[in-house]
Amino acid sequence: MIAWTDHLIVAPVALPLGSGAMMLMLGERRQFAKGAISIVTTLLLLAVSLVLLQAASGIGAPSHATASARAYLIGDWPAPFGIVLVLDKLSALMLVLTAVLGVTTLVYGFARWNRAGPRFHTLLLFQLMGLNGAFLTGDLFNLFVFFEVVLAASYGLLLHGSGTNRVRIGLHYVAINVATSLLFLIGVSLIYGVTGTLNMADLVARIAAVRPADLALLQSGAAILGLAFLVKAGMWPLGFWLPTAYSAATPPVAALFVILSKVGIYALLRTSLLFFGDEAGAAFHFADDALLWGGMATIAFGTIGVLSSQTLSRLAGFCILISSGTLLATVGTGDVKVLSGALFYLASSTLGISAFYLLIELVERGESERGSAPLTEPVFDDEYTGAIEPEEESEVGVVIPATIAILGGGFVFCSLLLAGLPPLSGFIAKFAILDGLIGLQRITAPTTWILIALIILSGVATLIAMTRAGIDLLWTPGEGAQPDLRLIEAAPVGMLLALCLGLMIFAGPVLTYMEQTARALHDRGAYRSAVTSAPRGNSPGVSR
Amino acid sequence: MEIILALGIGVLTASGVWLILRPRTFQVIIGLSLMSYAVNLFIYAMGRLRVDAPPVVGPGAADPTQFADPLPQALVLTAIVISFAMTALLLVILLTLRGLTDTDHVDGEEKAP
Repeated sequence: MIAWTDHLIVAPVALPLGSGAMMLMLGERRQFAKGAISIVTTLLLLAVSLVLLQAASGIGAPSHATASARAYLIGDWPAPFGIVLVLDKLSALMLVLTAVLGVTTLVYGFARWNRAGPRFHTLLLFQLMGLNGAFLTGDLFNLFVFFEVVLAASYGLLLHGSGTNRVRIGLHYVAINVATSLLFLIGVSLIYGVTGTLNMADLVARIAAVRPADLALLQSGAAILGLAFLVKAGMWPLGFWLPTAYSAATPPVAALFVILSKVGIYALLRTSLLFFGDEAGAAFHFADDALLWGGMATIAFGTIGVLSSQTLSRLAGFCILISSGTLLATVGTGDVKVLSGALFYLASSTLGISAFYLLIELVERGESERGSAPLTEPVFDDEYTGAIEPEEESEVGVVIPATIAILGGGFVFCSLLLAGLPPLSGFIAKFAILDGLIGLQRITAPTTWILIALIILSGVATLIAMTRAGIDLLWTPGEGAQPDLRLIEAAPVGMLLALCLGLMIFAGPVLTYMEQTARALHDRGAYRSAVTSAPRGNSPGVSR
Repeated sequence: MEIILALGIGVLTASGVWLILRPRTFQVIIGLSLMSYAVNLFIYAMGRLRVDAPPVVGPGAADPTQFADPLPQALVLTAIVISFAMTALLLVILLTLRGLTDTDHVDGEEKAP
């Protein structure tokens, strides 16, 4: 019999879907009701994902060590035939990250961005739903569907606030992503054509048993699928669109988009480790080298980009590329110890870059608003853009004294975090990766040393670029008054930075969790048996 | 039949790729549509080509080899719906960009020839 807590696995998908759909029935002017619904939903999501994280990590469970993946059969169909949601340590971690970003961007959006265009709250919730679904699903085609949900919502969010620049970049973004989705479909259908299944757990066994004659076809399918993920993750040269698109988005949207690039990384991690493990034969390690070299090229590209960025938002975009490159290269090494460091880095860099995107707007506001260009331009008749008026800015909200001190402190914190300097979590993450790399036996020495050099160099370049920008923005006295800083905007940044601080303080337990996660990712048998032997609701006590 | 389907997929993909490399927004949309038709046919082909075989197993049917694989058909249905929605969205963005910039160039600005 399934306990009610087991049904929580479906909540991260069902909850935002329900609330988002409900909100569509409210008129566009009922901002208070919408805001209340969405903040309650995101907080609930955060609570649910923390419960799921606790369940996945096995803390408090009677059998502490044996907590493994848990599958949830949708519609109670047995595993290879129906759609399954799978909760394991990695997906629980990603759920928590998504929920945290959801809460912070929503709170930040309350300051004014939710009124910059129609249906901000609904789009945000649908975005969260798509992300959660993509992290939970255990089925390749379902992954495609959730990718499309994520993308559809992200198109809306990118265009949020409108304006010529956003629409122009938005067109490019949509066209690139639609073409990528087609690649995804081709890859999925090739894999289906060879193996006859799309369930990830079932694929583990089927791929090991593929006839040698079909291997080339399967490999091309996997490579095309990987290409689709790499476009999302922003690997060089497929990530050319990323900094431009993200710098065109409004700050809370860009902060949420940080996790979009991690969806690609997550999908790569999941599929490459599940499908192409050591038992699958030597023919399958073709992806590792591609990831390693591609990741290193991405780090190099991101480093050059960071140094050459003229605006802070482009700088943040290239920071995402560096982070993606580091993750891709470390996934390519295929080592448990390196991978656990990389997962720590994933959490730390996601939170750090997201905080940085939110901070950018606060720092740059003093500069940009003097030009007093209209913030938004209405496109459709039903848009309500009247909420943003210049005089409202100075009236509403608490004006914190010593604004610059807080902004400067936050900026320095972000710089140290992204550059990976001690003592913050970015340093611990990079140290864990480097420690794993030095202890590595399998790959040849020159590649390892190049990767280590690149990781260190990218940190130095980030530090140089951030220092330059910081001096330019914070030390040079501006000609106008100090920018106003509202508590509701400072709080999300503070929350994200506090989480990074928490990652630093509790680095020991977190690293242990990451190491368990990395080990569990390599344990394909446990994943497979968790899915195929998932309990069905209508047959109490009987596991199939 | 195989050669016709393969040719169809090839021609649609080639035309689509050529069109999305063009500088006009309308051509890009048509190119993406053509490519999505090609991909739909491709998914369909991955379930093996069968003539006159229904995908739905009726009562009393014992031999599954007499039936077409229903899964690719379900996948194609989903893919069609999603690509419809994306094309509609892209069309709205196209019209908006056209309204904002007075040109149908994908970059929103016309370069002198």
